[in-house]
Amino acid sequence: MTRRVLTGVFMLVVMTVLTGIIYPLTITGVTRVLFPHQASGSLIYRQGQAVGSALIGQRFTSPRYFHGRPSAAGKDGYDATSSGGSNLGPTNKELVAAIAQRLARVQAENGLPDGTPVPADLVTASASGLDPDISPAAAYLQVPRVARARNLPEETVRALVDRNITGRQFGILGEPRVNVLKLNLELDQLSPSAR
Amino acid sequence: MVSTDILQMAFYLLLLILLAIPLGFYMARVFNGESTFLDPIFRPLERLIYRLTGVDAGREMNWREYALMLVVFNILGMAAVYLIQRIQGILPFNPQHFGAVPPDLAFNTAASFMTNTNWQAYGGESTMSYFTQMTALTVQNFLSAATGIAVAVALTRGLARRTARTIGNFWVDLTRSILWVLLPLSLGLALILVSLGVIQNLNPYLTITTLEGGRQTLAMGPVASQEAIKLLGTNGGGFFNANSSHPFENPTPLTNLLEMLAILIIPAGLTITFGQMVGNHRQGLVILAAMLLLFVFALGVVYASEHYGNPQLGALGMRGPTAMEGKEVRFGIVNSSLFATITTAASCGAVNTMHDSLTPLGGLIPMLQMMLGEVVFGGVGSGLYGMLVFVILTVFIIGLMVGRTPEYLGKKIEAREVKMAILAVLIPAATILLGSALAAVIKTGTSSILNPGPHGLSEILYAFASGAGNNGSAFAGLNANTPFYNIALGLVMLIGRFGVILPVLAIAGSMAGKKMVPPGPGTFQTTSLLFTGLLAAVVLIVGALTFFPALALGPLVEQLLMLAGKTF
Repeated sequence: MTRRVLTGVFMLVVMTVLTGIIYPLTITGVTRVLFPHQASGSLIYRQGQAVGSALIGQRFTSPRYFHGRPSAAGKDGYDATSSGGSNLGPTNKELVAAIAQRLARVQAENGLPDGTPVPADLVTASASGLDPDISPAAAYLQVPRVARARNLPEETVRALVDRNITGRQFGILGEPRVNVLKLNLELDQLSPSAR
Repeated sequence: MVSTDILQMAFYLLLLILLAIPLGFYMARVFNGESTFLDPIFRPLERLIYRLTGVDAGREMNWREYALMLVVFNILGMAAVYLIQRIQGILPFNPQHFGAVPPDLAFNTAASFMTNTNWQAYGGESTMSYFTQMTALTVQNFLSAATGIAVAVALTRGLARRTARTIGNFWVDLTRSILWVLLPLSLGLALILVSLGVIQNLNPYLTITTLEGGRQTLAMGPVASQEAIKLLGTNGGGFFNANSSHPFENPTPLTNLLEMLAILIIPAGLTITFGQMVGNHRQGLVILAAMLLLFVFALGVVYASEHYGNPQLGALGMRGPTAMEGKEVRFGIVNSSLFATITTAASCGAVNTMHDSLTPLGGLIPMLQMMLGEVVFGGVGSGLYGMLVFVILTVFIIGLMVGRTPEYLGKKIEAREVKMAILAVLIPAATILLGSALAAVIKTGTSSILNPGPHGLSEILYAFASGAGNNGSAFAGLNANTPFYNIALGLVMLIGRFGVILPVLAIAGSMAGKKMVPPGPGTFQTTSLLFTGLLAAVVLIVGALTFFPALALGPLVEQLLMLAGKTF
């Protein structure tokens, strides 16, 4: 029996070295050379400063920027050290109340009359809390507000949204979407941030 | 866009079958010890491993010894995971300086990763060091998957051999699973995933200033290497708390497709392997067809329910799909429904949508698939051996109906095998129901509930079904990081794993020793479509009879209340 346990111990050590050290470090080393941009988080730089990751959503509240989805990650949302969704169930009063409140806020922010339908993604919290995208409809809805706040013609801003729509991958996979951070970066190039 | 959605689902299934079949043939060669194109690399490494560990690869084991080695090895693995978590504070690769994981959580996590469950009562990016993620969790992702494959292969040998005393060598099956199957597939998938945006680094977390001048800290880590095996091994434990919905784990629709394929490719391929190893490929195809049948049914219900959505939310003034709470825009309704069905058909448990926020019927199906014993494709290895248990029950029931001794693959199925098969079905089922019942009546159980009303019972049921089925996904609103749930679910995972593996190995042992009887005119053919239908029916009937009352009180009644406009 001792010999069998020893075989088990040796096997565990060998496999730990192989699959727990050699394997991940090989992938780390190879990808550092082949895909350094992706391996380190697809970071976006502006004037030499990292301003975010192309894959991770950020919190936007200013009327001058397009807003992303509600986020349940961390206390204030978009906390990329505490990813996750709200986990609110379909018959939870809190979910209904939260969505009603978000609807009212989106309508008020964008100067829409009460009762104007709002795209679902703009009033529901994402799974990761870090969703970088919104639906094209959710972006178009915000065009008049952003244009007003930046003193830009609506057509200019709408054209920017048009250009930033990512279609289904290979024409069939996934859903059409707009990356909010990239869109806002291009917006800042169009009319520099007031900040 | 229902038509685009259906196209995406069909495309996935087509790709899955096209990839699984060649992999199945390849795996049959691996476990029959025949030559493969990877031999020049892995034969020398295999010999080296046996020399270092003192394994006599030529010596086969009877089922008792096989089971003993398996249990010993798994206990050692669990101890290692526990220990590494407890001392991660003084170990390297810990740029965030995470301290020791508390004992109850460390026990739960150790049981969870060793049993291939990968239930996570912790948030990865806020608890585990890179060292723990790599040397404890990634390692068990490989070893628990290889353990599952070993058991499936041992059972297959038991069924294929005649008057044999042995069912293979555990160490050889384990090593070959890792070297020839899991490691090469993981290497390939991890590289592809990084090229598509999944991160892989050992950097400290990066704090940046956002466009609006706020601060955001981006969690980093060796994600892709763990992501690949997490899916291929049907483990499912995310590097991050948000699992495969996190953009660093699953950034695009294409990575999502690859991840979904990775979950089912080995379980689906193993049915082909089975057919090859028992010498009649139709025996494998029949099982694959039964799995596909159940899968398409499950997918249909989840998709229809999520597509229909939540009318209460629609009434508030939403446009488009109403069930977007807990879903990502890039995946939408269809890829979220598909992933949820796949991950619970397999005992994977990775998620790209938050299951707690699924519509009631959309959440019922994942729960049901776990309750059925994770046999709709199921886990790596565990799906095949779980389904073979149902095959034995099916031929037994047919035997009762036609009044003949049941046979399978030319061997008589007798009292011992049927008893063991019943144990393998009853042990997890009883664990789910008794565990949920206990948690539902004590304060420490119910105080963890997030969503009141029938959904609260669903949260508890889901947790115990996930533990016993070794799935690991969750209705994550339930606060499971409490001493009660950590210990209870830890034990449930162990019972759900070994309460099936041990009876299955016993079946393998007793079947191996049997003589072949030539098929007579009354022998029921197990290679027909009729058998596929009967097998799927037995799985559903056993599951429905066992769990219908519990499901009626949880998701079923919640669906009706939701449609009636009620909230809690």
